[in-house]
Amino acid sequence: MTDIDLLPSEVEEDLRSSVRKLFTDRSDAESVAKLYDDPHTDTSGLDRAWAQELGLAALLVPEDLGGAGASAAEAAVVAEEIGRAVAPVRFLSSGVLATTLAVGVRAGDLAGRLAAGESFAAIAFTASSPQIRAELTVDGDGDSATVSGTVAGVMDGAGADEYLVVAGTGSDTVVALVAAEHVRTEAFLSFDQTRRLADVTFESAPATVLGRGEQAAQAVRTAEILGRIILAAEQYGVAQRAFDLTLEYIKGRRQFGRAIGSYQAIKHRMADLWLEVSQTGAATIYAARVAAAWQAGEQTEDEVELCSLVAGSYASTSAVHAAEEAVQLHGGNGMTWEYPLHLYLKRAKADELILGHAAAQRRALAPLIDLTA
Amino acid sequence: MSTEPLSAQQRRIDEAVAAAQAATTDGMSAGERYGVLYDHGLAWVNFPAGDGGLGVSTSLREYAAQQVAAAGLETPPRGSNTIGFGMAGPTIVAYGTAEQKKILRDIYTLDTIFCQLFSEPGAGSDLAAVATRAVAEGDVYKVSGQKVWTSGAQNADMAILVARTDTSVPKHQGLSYFLIDMHAPGVEVRGLRQITGEAEFNEVFLTDVEVPAANMLGEPGQGWKVANTTLNNERVAIGGGSPREGGMIGVVAQAWRDHPEYRDPLLQDRLLELWVEVEVARMMGERLSQKLAAGQPGPEGSGAKLSFALNNQELSSLDITLRGVDGLRYDTYEMRRPSEYSMTGRIPGYRYLRAKGNSIEGGTSEIIRNIISERVLGLPGEHRVDKDVAFKDLPK
Repeated sequence: MTDIDLLPSEVEEDLRSSVRKLFTDRSDAESVAKLYDDPHTDTSGLDRAWAQELGLAALLVPEDLGGAGASAAEAAVVAEEIGRAVAPVRFLSSGVLATTLAVGVRAGDLAGRLAAGESFAAIAFTASSPQIRAELTVDGDGDSATVSGTVAGVMDGAGADEYLVVAGTGSDTVVALVAAEHVRTEAFLSFDQTRRLADVTFESAPATVLGRGEQAAQAVRTAEILGRIILAAEQYGVAQRAFDLTLEYIKGRRQFGRAIGSYQAIKHRMADLWLEVSQTGAATIYAARVAAAWQAGEQTEDEVELCSLVAGSYASTSAVHAAEEAVQLHGGNGMTWEYPLHLYLKRAKADELILGHAAAQRRALAPLIDLTA
Repeated sequence: MSTEPLSAQQRRIDEAVAAAQAATTDGMSAGERYGVLYDHGLAWVNFPAGDGGLGVSTSLREYAAQQVAAAGLETPPRGSNTIGFGMAGPTIVAYGTAEQKKILRDIYTLDTIFCQLFSEPGAGSDLAAVATRAVAEGDVYKVSGQKVWTSGAQNADMAILVARTDTSVPKHQGLSYFLIDMHAPGVEVRGLRQITGEAEFNEVFLTDVEVPAANMLGEPGQGWKVANTTLNNERVAIGGGSPREGGMIGVVAQAWRDHPEYRDPLLQDRLLELWVEVEVARMMGERLSQKLAAGQPGPEGSGAKLSFALNNQELSSLDITLRGVDGLRYDTYEMRRPSEYSMTGRIPGYRYLRAKGNSIEGGTSEIIRNIISERVLGLPGEHRVDKDVAFKDLPK
């Protein structure tokens, strides 16, 4: 095992400040809260901003397919900032999952469109599924096929420009692309409105087959691994921001003549939470750096998968814990619509389910560390 | 810190290792070999030249250890003189006179074993409440009082001692720090039995023990500050830099693998959860050591002790549960004086009981949480009603 450098690079810090500035300017807590009052709020302008203006849609696309050829480490920085801002963006669904899948099956045209930020894609799988695939029927042996079936609860399932479909497993895996005009979507009011879910239906929808067999299966595995790591980084951002807001609040809020942050009952909870959040940060950067090394051929798939499951399962739990503590330690204010804590709580709880809850991720970890039941 | 480039410092380490290798001969005793390392500045490389070091950056300690090992040079087992290496040494080099520093070589060669006489029955977490008196009489101090929870006192030649030299000032201001001879008249060591059955630690009774004034480290009344140097080193010495599945998790994971009959599916997730907890703590330790090596502050250090204690306790408890009645077979509750011990040694019952100490020794987890919340998070300190009261006027 080569040594994993865990300190941020200058490039990453520059990236961080430009992403933070974007969300500070264009997606503050007040505007995010509006998504709950008007479920039809158009967020496409914000998507164009990160994807085109900052060029972040190109991050995970190799240079030979028209991308920036960056690694999971840079994508993790972006995701962390998205989490801090609870930003309603298609970064995970389109910028990471769909993009990684397109790159994995060497779908050059699609990868190019995504990299340019001209198009946003969604993969039709149920957000809480540990596997990126769905029970869909894909008929046809050649380059074109028809897709039928319904998938419940697809991330950013409404409003995508194109839809990726994954059916079958192992050597029977098939990855296909369906244009939005052939897809019926029904967005539902989502617990977390910053990443809206939709039921997606295909009725003999014409599709282009992008890949089949082992190459397609490998592309799916890669998307699952990177997806978990980038989601973990987002969860870390949620957790750290919820923690920071709470620390600031308990220093200022006074009861019984002194700051509530002076009471040991609160200090000790914050010390424990600080440890948990700090460990989340270490685990996510560790996983992202291992993934970057894997992308460069310097780590095994087993190692990166292990790290993704460690970071993923831990961050799922700690982000929810941090958001729950934030609500509790803000007291009555934590229960109000006015304070932003509920945005973090909703995002953290919904994030906890994405790509499999923590226990499902630990179950997937068991065979990798030889601790099966 | 030195402004010399790290590469140049590494070169000096390489040269010292080569010279030590040349000076080491087959016929030497272990102590003589350790002495060669000391004389070449390889005992504590971050210490000044002449005091067992080379004056290089603390971050190069690991590098030096690797070079020494690669050269096939034998180093003293740290566990034989834990207090000497980790606490007495760094404190003596920071505050000692030239005469006092001469003992550093004996610490490294294991000719002088140290223990620590800090805690008392009435001064545990509140260490500054030490009541042991040291009264000046000519060029000696006469020391009387009781110390407790003293690991290894039965094997020690010397001790680092905190005692009260002035009761007319508030508690933090009246302390002084001494090096005392454990073989001196008036020092009585009694084994203090622990919940495991054995006695790693002791009660130490001091009755009119004469300590030369020249053995005071620092100035009279400076004891609290000097003691904190020791305690900070203690917290750095614990935790950090272990391989995946190092420590207790490795023991429990192996038991799971070796015994299919232990694999209760309802306990599996708890084991996996703890595996993940230990792994993320390891990753944080890894990042901390990289930060420290890059000269960045790493407040995570105090967090490492907290997670270590929690995880050890949870794992050793699960270990018993997994094994069923086999987990309840104890080896011996006989009162013994172990010369060394291992957190992962013996049997599950012993490990479970011993791990209970992990959240108490070296600062309780409650005190660590105070430290994190006050020093890392900047939250207000605890109310201290005794802060400005002369020690003699405090209610006892």
